[in-house]
Amino acid sequence: MQTRYLLGNEAIAHGCLESSFDVACGYPGTPSSEVIDVLRVQRERTYYVEWSVNEKVALECALAAAWCGVRALCTMKHVGLNVAADPLMTSAYTGVTGGLVILSADDPYAHSSQNEQDSRCYAHFARIPCLDPSSVQEAHDMVKDAFGLSEEFKLPVLFRPTTRICHSKGDVILGDISTTIRKGEFVRDPRQYVVIPAHTRVLHKKLNEKQPAIKKRLIELGYNTCMVRGEKAVIASGIAAAYVQEILPANVSFMKIGAYPIDEEWLKEFVRMHREVLVVEELAPVVEEVVRQVAGSVTVYGKTDGHSPYEGELSAAATARIFNSCGFETAVKFPEQSPAAEVPPRPPILCAGCMHRPVFYAMKKVFRDGIFPSDIGCYTLGLQLGAVDTTICMGASVTVASGIMHSGEERDIVATIGDSTFLHTGIQGLLNAVYNGAKLTLVILDNRITAMTGHQPNPTTGLTAVGVPTPPVSLEAICRACGVSLVETVDPYDLVGLTAAFRDVKERPGVKVIIARQTCVITARRAGLKRGHYQVDQDACTSCGLCIKFGCPAIERVGEKAHINDLCSGCGVCTHICPAAAIHREAGR
Amino acid sequence: MKTGYDILIVGIGGQGTILASNILGEACLIEGRPVKGAETHGMAQRGGSVESHIRIDGRFGPLIAPGTADLIISFDLLEALRYAHYLKAGGEIFTNCAMVIPTSVYTQGVQLPEEAEIRKRLDHQNTCYIEADRLAQEAGSILSRNVVMMGAASGSIPLGNESLRAAVAKLVPPKTVDVNLKAYDIGRDAGRECGKSHRSA
Ligand code: SF4
Ligand code: SF4
Repeated sequence: MQTRYLLGNEAIAHGCLESSFDVACGYPGTPSSEVIDVLRVQRERTYYVEWSVNEKVALECALAAAWCGVRALCTMKHVGLNVAADPLMTSAYTGVTGGLVILSADDPYAHSSQNEQDSRCYAHFARIPCLDPSSVQEAHDMVKDAFGLSEEFKLPVLFRPTTRICHSKGDVILGDISTTIRKGEFVRDPRQYVVIPAHTRVLHKKLNEKQPAIKKRLIELGYNTCMVRGEKAVIASGIAAAYVQEILPANVSFMKIGAYPIDEEWLKEFVRMHREVLVVEELAPVVEEVVRQVAGSVTVYGKTDGHSPYEGELSAAATARIFNSCGFETAVKFPEQSPAAEVPPRPPILCAGCMHRPVFYAMKKVFRDGIFPSDIGCYTLGLQLGAVDTTICMGASVTVASGIMHSGEERDIVATIGDSTFLHTGIQGLLNAVYNGAKLTLVILDNRITAMTGHQPNPTTGLTAVGVPTPPVSLEAICRACGVSLVETVDPYDLVGLTAAFRDVKERPGVKVIIARQTCVITARRAGLKRGHYQVDQDACTSCGLCIKFGCPAIERVGEKAHINDLCSGCGVCTHICPAAAIHREAGR
Repeated sequence: MKTGYDILIVGIGGQGTILASNILGEACLIEGRPVKGAETHGMAQRGGSVESHIRIDGRFGPLIAPGTADLIISFDLLEALRYAHYLKAGGEIFTNCAMVIPTSVYTQGVQLPEEAEIRKRLDHQNTCYIEADRLAQEAGSILSRNVVMMGAASGSIPLGNESLRAAVAKLVPPKTVDVNLKAYDIGRDAGRECGKSHRSA
């Protein structure tokens, strides 16, 4: 046993190591990515770990491993669970032999996401147990138990940490890393694994029969607990339980929910001991709905009556406002403070020298009147450059482009997608576009890495998750195989060539693909690549400001003139933008 | 009742706020004290405004509420202003006096307050301005800016100087231990000087 100061995701990864898992699959997505990022580099235990190409692939791979009797972990962010929803729903029917834990990290407040969906609803939908930790320590302990729970009920278990668990830190008591190693064996059993109607009807009934025992067991495991202390009660789930405990007066009863499904009888007994009950939880009113079902004449406060928000994340201060709204006292008072006015925002921006910036620049220049569907990755930041008109979900750049075109819109449509996102769910959209005769241009922003989530390797990288060399996939060959006749590969640092490529595709019919290929500056730096440094000749600079508008964070205005600071990564693109040819490579660097 | 000591570390993605929060966490472990923290990961780190919450002796959630932080450590002057409302009455701010101008000022023409005005808006708090960029260079690397700032604030942090130094030595890359310990010590001296003057003022 040891105590360490760890990130939630590191603690979760350690919990997995302690519980002797054998296979881990996942697709990167904030806030879940660090779990596999930790597992793929540690050497204290041997197991199989992969970055899969998408979440559906990851879950099917992990599920099959669990069918073979080993313990499997599958990680993703909440929206990834939508992609994996197809195998998820039926995996509850087939069940598992070895423990299967599906980690789906939710992101209340959408810190780094396209929506605020609640993974607990999926667990309810699929009728599988769900664990919802309230602290880093609990996340560690729960994931450890989750494998056993999965084996006990022969069901996948959904583990649902939120951003404030995954990216929180705390002193965590860790156990020892397990030395048990299992070897999978597939035992043929068509009635279990072949879900034809005759089999699946039986399996569905079995799934439903498991439910009462699961509810009882979750209370025995101590995830759902209560203390009766007064006439009023607060029921809180997940991290909201920690916020409630910070402000809860000593004479108010408290129930903490950390696991679902909730035993209604147990809940009812607690609720009916009180006059008023407040339910505090982030996102969907999952607990609240059950509380309302059992409440009888007890007054219940929560989201459906407007005391607590459906959206955003909570905090102790936000929880105190909910308490006040329904007349509950708090043990701590928070001052009302608002941020200083007129502080310029500092949103994240593309790195100095990022290959996406010149692509957007050239695209906008050639397609002045164009429509620009885009996708999910660092390049979504092209929004700031006016180069992103739509993003909805992974892979939806090319499909949205098709839909806009088939609607009758006549302007040029240029879609952008990253390498990893293209391989995730972009290929099908491209195939569909060609098959159905769309007219559009797709730009694949190929920087050979899944950058936004922390630079994970993917099939274009040439390395697996654990660093084993593997032949990099040819995006050109994939596009051609989808039926694209014009596939052109360009270096985005060559602004002249890039612009020419855009001009060329503009005139052509059908579906055209430009692959803009250049290493992400962060991976290039890590690999030791030095391109030198550029500077502005102050005498030649005419103060036109064109290079500054380009938006590279290395270019600033000092007085009237442009100046290049230390952030410069030496891409050289700005030299092509300056009409006075005032930007040059710095001598001797 | 508020228990524990709450520190907000703010800066710009890439300036090392995460390392700074790890130093505090590690020092708490050395002293056997509970600690909770929350920080910015993911895309927001790409040159965006970032914050780390650290709650020494923290027992509940990881987030510090506005108006309740005991101490703010800022690696950038503008970020100090952005997060100043987190400070409790009577709390302290230690900020780098240098400022990186947000790109939005150039690309979207957003108005940037003058440095003197930012200072004026921070001055009603107990604010120490540290020349962290210069001191980091003096220690041997601009990259030690974050450790200079931790040193500067260390006199106010309820953790032992030796625990903090030990945490620095443990967490920075092995080749940079000397530079960083020097940065910490230089920062600590600067913080002490500044502390004297703002207490006497
Ligand atoms: S991390 Fe890579 S892909 Fe992302 S903005 Fe920076 S250079 Fe571009
Ligand atoms: S060469 Fe120009 S565009 Fe490229 S990183 Fe340096 S300043 Fe930015």
